[in-house]
Amino acid sequence: MTHAPMEKLARATPRPVARRISGLSDRAIAWIFVAPSIFLLLAVNIFPLIWTVRLSFTDYRVNRPNRDVEWVGLRNYERILTDDGIWATMQATAHFLIWTLVLQVLIGFALAFLINRKFRGSDLWTTAIVLPMMLSPAVVGNFWTFLYQPQIGLFNYAIGFLTGADPASFSMIGDVALAPWAIIIADTWMWTPFVMLICLAGLRSIPESIYEAAECDRASKWRQFWTITIPMALPFLMLAVLFRGIENFKMFDLVVQLTGGGPGNTTTLTSIDLKREAFERWRTGYSSAYAVILFVTVFGLASIYVKALNKVKER
Amino acid sequence: MNARVMTSAAAGALLAAAASSPALSEDLTLCWAAWDPANALVELSKDFEAASGHSMSFEFVPWPNFADRMLNELNSGGQLCDLMIGDSQWIGGGAESGHYVKLNDFFDAEGITMDDFIPATVTGYSEWPKGTPNYWALPAFGDVVGWTYRKDWFERPEIQAAFQEEYGRDLGVPATLEELKDIAQFFQGREIDGTTVYGAAIYTERGSEGITMGVTNALYNYGFEYENPETPYDLEGFVNSPGAVAGLEYYKELYDTATPPGASNWYMAEDIDAYKSGQVALQMNFAFIWPGVEADPNVGGGKSGYFANPPGPAGQFAQLGGQGISVVAYSQKQDAALEYIKWFAQPKIQARWWELGGYSALKAVVEDPGFADSQPYAQTFLDSMAIVKDFWAEPAYADLLLAMQEKVHDYVVAGNGTAQEALDGLVEEWTVIFEDEGKI
Repeated sequence: MTHAPMEKLARATPRPVARRISGLSDRAIAWIFVAPSIFLLLAVNIFPLIWTVRLSFTDYRVNRPNRDVEWVGLRNYERILTDDGIWATMQATAHFLIWTLVLQVLIGFALAFLINRKFRGSDLWTTAIVLPMMLSPAVVGNFWTFLYQPQIGLFNYAIGFLTGADPASFSMIGDVALAPWAIIIADTWMWTPFVMLICLAGLRSIPESIYEAAECDRASKWRQFWTITIPMALPFLMLAVLFRGIENFKMFDLVVQLTGGGPGNTTTLTSIDLKREAFERWRTGYSSAYAVILFVTVFGLASIYVKALNKVKER
Repeated sequence: MNARVMTSAAAGALLAAAASSPALSEDLTLCWAAWDPANALVELSKDFEAASGHSMSFEFVPWPNFADRMLNELNSGGQLCDLMIGDSQWIGGGAESGHYVKLNDFFDAEGITMDDFIPATVTGYSEWPKGTPNYWALPAFGDVVGWTYRKDWFERPEIQAAFQEEYGRDLGVPATLEELKDIAQFFQGREIDGTTVYGAAIYTERGSEGITMGVTNALYNYGFEYENPETPYDLEGFVNSPGAVAGLEYYKELYDTATPPGASNWYMAEDIDAYKSGQVALQMNFAFIWPGVEADPNVGGGKSGYFANPPGPAGQFAQLGGQGISVVAYSQKQDAALEYIKWFAQPKIQARWWELGGYSALKAVVEDPGFADSQPYAQTFLDSMAIVKDFWAEPAYADLLLAMQEKVHDYVVAGNGTAQEALDGLVEEWTVIFEDEGKI
């Protein structure tokens, strides 16, 4: 019985190959098929990871190939974890992450809720709403630098029009208080449609019959929303938060294009800081330790989150 | 049999022809920043192609990404570039890490002498260690930070009268940095031809090197020094001297009171745009932009004037820009690359380089009696090249630059802390870097 598929496979392959295959066990055949993927995974993911961990204990600098490499133990980790600048960068990242997630989930879900109610032109609106996420982040960054321009920017003009303030009196990307919000607004504009699409999939997966049963039980719309819509769409919402959380933790291009990490270090997110350490300062060992810390943080948080997500799905 | 003999004879003839040809024609790749002078060099290099039989390819990268891209290339031992016009601060790293070919023997063999070039460019672009006759590049493009101003606005009687009334002196080219600030503040928010204009476009860029290339023009002239002239790498009291603090405060005041709204991350391109679009009366920028200003329909043709960075209480200096041309050590075509350098060093080629918009560093060109009058900005270029100072060119220059970018931007643009704290912090960071480098 076990050999029947093997014989079929052997018959379908050229004779010399077939002779070789017919002599192999199922397990060996399976390994042959999986081996290239495992090799690629090891070469492209696992080996660099192990190498990065190894480098993180050294003072290696890739731009000084002639310099002796010293084993420094945990010194890189100690320096990173006691560096006020890096903690400030972590804070800036957390601020960006939390606010973009809150805004994108709220607005994305609201848009999905509206679009889910079929109306004339809803497909057209859906297409129009998802347009920003089709653009390159570098283009969006450039585009928003013009919108935020105090003298000619539409954003400043609109705020001026609504509040009566002089549009040239504030600079979204040059002011310490406003710059963190400037990057949050641009990212929210670009990625809310993505959250909306996931929420829309969640809303459309709720069977109509449940609402009909609720109607029979005379449940109000408000009650239906809280007891049917939200719980059933929650796994999708959590999935959207996971995707956006991971993406925004490594946010780079949009922010570099918009503010370059400034003013000062106000919008220097960890990914920008890491890139500077690794490829501008060329502190390879130090930046490897930095990358390991970030990896462990993201991996740990994502693991906890995925467990919570699975629990919600099981309910 | 006949066919075999004929084939052998043909093959022999081909081999003989190949062996007797004078040199292989190579396809050389020259790497540089993507800017106006690079276009001029493409034009100039056509003469080299015609003369040598080699063909030229070019890899130009926009300034904000230039260092990242090219230093990655060098650090990885890449063979993309045969010739590199690298930034002046890379010379230490290029020499010590073995990225550049040392050119002393080649210069001696070809009769090229560094005495023929402007001394500041030799020190800035070619020597490592500084002040020693070890050459890793030929000065290729002399550049320096200077100022452009709206001469047509300065000459208007009503503006002159208003300035005279406010400051009690004539409006003209500023004699000091303080006067420059007065003029910039005078124009800030002023209505000219129904449009609100601003004082000055200065360097404030955070990501690469912008604000450092700008602020040093104030720091040097107020007394900042990179180190104790007697004791190398002794920074305390030189980087954060009272004069340096005053210079940094000056730059912040200029930024706060005399620049257009939103000018918080501006470098060369943004300054040019602001100036050409008529937003500002003054512009800080490298000299390479001057040919473009002269040719511009809005601000060129006599509407603009040029002046060297004015003196401050501690003297008159200007930030050096510009680059030297080096042969990349990983190139397989070093002979052809050296041929290019030999060709480029010729006085007639250097003269043509200047005509096309490239700033030659050859004395024979810049000391020609007709040079100063050859362009409206030529004299300013000469004056500026006589007062240059450059940033660190140590192998750790990128570390040193990033620390300065961060500290200065944090104070000048973000407004965090005081100038003294910013410079004290800079001393701390630079000290750690030099300790890591084993220099202290």
